[in-house]
Amino acid sequence: MSEKKNRILKISILRFDPHDPEDFPHMETFEVKEADGMTLFVALNEIREHHDNSLKFDFVCRAGICGSCSMLVNGKPTLACRTLTSKLGENISLAPLPLFELIGDLSIYTGKWMRGLNERLETWIHNKEEELDIDKLEQRMEPELADKIYEVDRCVECGCCVAGCGTIQMRPDFAGAVGLNKIARYHIDPRDKRTDEEYYELIGDEDGVFGCMTLLGCEDVCPKDLPLQSKIAYLRRMMIKTSMNN
Amino acid sequence: MKIICTDVLVIGGGLAGLRVATGVKERGHGAIVLSLVPPKRSHSAAAQGGMQASLANCKMGEGDNEDVHFGDTIRGSDWGADQEVARMFVHCAPKAIRELAAWGVPWSRVKKGDHDSIINAKKVTITEKDEAHGLITARDFGGTKKWRTCYTSDGTGHSMLYAMDNKAKQDEVEVHERLEAISLIHENGRCYGAIARNLMNGELVAYIAKATTIATGGYGRIYSVSTNAIICQGIGQAIALETGVATLGNMEAIQFHPTAIVPVGILTTEGCRGDGGLLLDKDGYRFMPDYEPDKKELASRDVVSRRMTEHMRKGKGVKSRYGDHLWLDITLLGRKHIEKNLREVKEICENFLGIDPAVDWIPVRPTQHYSMGGIRTKYTGESQTLKGLYSCGEAACWDMHGFNRLGGNSVSETVVAGMLVAEYISDFCDKQESSVDVQSSTVEKFLKIQADKIEKLLSHENGEDAYVLRRAMEEIMMNKVGIFRNGDDLQDAVNELEELYKRSKNIEVFRSKSRAANPALENAYRTQKMLKVALTCAVGALNRTESRGAHSREDYPKRDDANWLKRTITSWRDEADTLPTVSYEEIKIDNMELPPGFRGYGKDLTQHHPQTKIRQSMVDVITDKLEKDGATRFEIQNALMPYLDKLPEKYRGINERLGENV
Repeated sequence: MSEKKNRILKISILRFDPHDPEDFPHMETFEVKEADGMTLFVALNEIREHHDNSLKFDFVCRAGICGSCSMLVNGKPTLACRTLTSKLGENISLAPLPLFELIGDLSIYTGKWMRGLNERLETWIHNKEEELDIDKLEQRMEPELADKIYEVDRCVECGCCVAGCGTIQMRPDFAGAVGLNKIARYHIDPRDKRTDEEYYELIGDEDGVFGCMTLLGCEDVCPKDLPLQSKIAYLRRMMIKTSMNN
Repeated sequence: MKIICTDVLVIGGGLAGLRVATGVKERGHGAIVLSLVPPKRSHSAAAQGGMQASLANCKMGEGDNEDVHFGDTIRGSDWGADQEVARMFVHCAPKAIRELAAWGVPWSRVKKGDHDSIINAKKVTITEKDEAHGLITARDFGGTKKWRTCYTSDGTGHSMLYAMDNKAKQDEVEVHERLEAISLIHENGRCYGAIARNLMNGELVAYIAKATTIATGGYGRIYSVSTNAIICQGIGQAIALETGVATLGNMEAIQFHPTAIVPVGILTTEGCRGDGGLLLDKDGYRFMPDYEPDKKELASRDVVSRRMTEHMRKGKGVKSRYGDHLWLDITLLGRKHIEKNLREVKEICENFLGIDPAVDWIPVRPTQHYSMGGIRTKYTGESQTLKGLYSCGEAACWDMHGFNRLGGNSVSETVVAGMLVAEYISDFCDKQESSVDVQSSTVEKFLKIQADKIEKLLSHENGEDAYVLRRAMEEIMMNKVGIFRNGDDLQDAVNELEELYKRSKNIEVFRSKSRAANPALENAYRTQKMLKVALTCAVGALNRTESRGAHSREDYPKRDDANWLKRTITSWRDEADTLPTVSYEEIKIDNMELPPGFRGYGKDLTQHHPQTKIRQSMVDVITDKLEKDGATRFEIQNALMPYLDKLPEKYRGINERLGENV
């Protein structure tokens, strides 16, 4: 790394303030002196504090946990907070994730999109049984199954898979890998009593699992390395089985 | 003027806020949650390690129950906690975790038979009982007698928050995202809601409610290096303070977590040490057993952080361009364990340090982590002085943590306090006295004050740069109100912060003049508020001439129960004031179940209160007699300090455990 010391980074940002009638989308380049261990979180805050205090972006945990700061880094969707500048060239381009409503500059309204998705797919435990008695021992679960559920429960709704999806460009209502992964998560969870037929109603069409063109950009860009490819394939098999049985 | 009315306004969309919202909805009340960010991005998600609940399912948790959890919590608090509140908490924690299990949290489970574990740097084999198979398991955490911290690998907060938010969606809880409450609406000692600013378009909205709940988390970001998310700025505490009526409790009680990575301050979970990780110095030497031969790396957080600092002061730290640090060694746990149970830690090491923790040691040092202080409430979560204002979770001083919180007790508090406070709020909203009788002219007045403030910030000229003031504040807090404190530094801190506060009235938002989304404007008004919060913390610390829990005075190393068994209460009486007003609330010994004693770390320097001996002998007499009469542990507890009548009826039931009450 020593040859990279004291680099001057040229960070080009796609800027636009939709609330300013005079503004239009344009690139703006800032020069930032690279520091040891610098991430895009550090670099962008430095730009805001010392170059342009109107620059908009979203960071919350800044530790790669919350999924707020997804953006296009040199054209690829990823979490900015855990992107070390040392892994990038001197010229860095940043743009907001496509497909989501723009708040301004790099700030996007993923919350609204994800809320719509969660409500549509009813991503919660459906259990019609009698009322829960929380004084009693909890329901048992095989330890391996709990681990398996957690493995797919790790999605942080960052939207990278949505931005990396080819299908969604043509089908704006496509559930995306984020949605399909959630269905896969509830499907293996014995606490959710939904039947295969009920799941079929949710994702057994072109806006669901049959819309996917298997380009699998989602799997390439997922910052949590979720097994999206195998989950989509699994759901497709299950849904075909369900439709054959009916 | 846009006015939105609801029954219960909840400010903050983390675990505590969402649990309150779902609770009041179930009781038939309307609720609106205001959140700075989509709720699933709240700081609750960052809790990696786990949630304490005395389920006693795993082998190393055998014999655990509410009594043991209670004792750990009170000792951990250095007797600063409210013991009735702590009792309510430990009683409801098993209920809360079982509820979350039903809502979908994939808690890690007990697997019957043998498994290997690392305890005190040695491999041991633990055999789990057949009958515990499939129940929720637990790991070891600092300051606990039993393995009590339940977890989902190392994504506990994430999976809890997702289950909670999904439950809120199921219950159709209305969430207004990117809405920031910037002022409370109140009149004649009664809170009526809040003025909020839409962070996307800048619109000011008045929310009117019967009950208003602040669940905005802690105020870690008044420090320059903190494990907290960047949204944990203490704005919830500040708007309560700015009413001049609501009070804050124990704001000086700040926890430093032993193991945040250097330099960025991102947390590596206490689970690293709970699962067997060690702390090493520059020579690769394991130093904690020299200081704390009994609990070693798993002493209470405040103790470990101080011992690490002491050791670095002896020149044993590893030098780096970012200052000294120590090493956290988890290589002995093995790659398989790290990649499954400590995956978040592994990702953080790879992404922020470029190291592999299965091979390399992790550079760590103590870093600001948790705010024990907050909005002072009654056990119901209601402000002691402003009717209709409630608070819970880290935002509140409910006060189950006193001067030091145990690892695993924070996410546990969020859901337990959330479920209880939701009931008390619902009871209030059911009553006639909760009806809103505020004039719209009053609401307009509060909205106009905020509109004028924003206008002034944007139009002001030749003013101060908010970033300069904020960075100065962060450094003062870090250097002078840190792990070890002393009178001279604290006096300097108060003087310097007061000066910064005066200057903050003259802030100008340079260049960035948009009334819509405008990070510079937000930084400006938040800095003014954060300075007030920082002052309550520094003044509280200066006045408290003793050492208790995380508050450690080098010039007053003794815990002084005779003079300081009391909570610091701060308020901001008048907008023209430049310092908070301080008063004290006595912590009464004569109804304590566990009278003040020695915590068991280092030498016992406690200056005891004369009342302690009297109460202790009473407790002993009652306990002896009832034990001889064959009384149950519940009967003995009830004789010492009854609390069940304070709980909502639906949560009074006895908790089932394997082999107990089944």
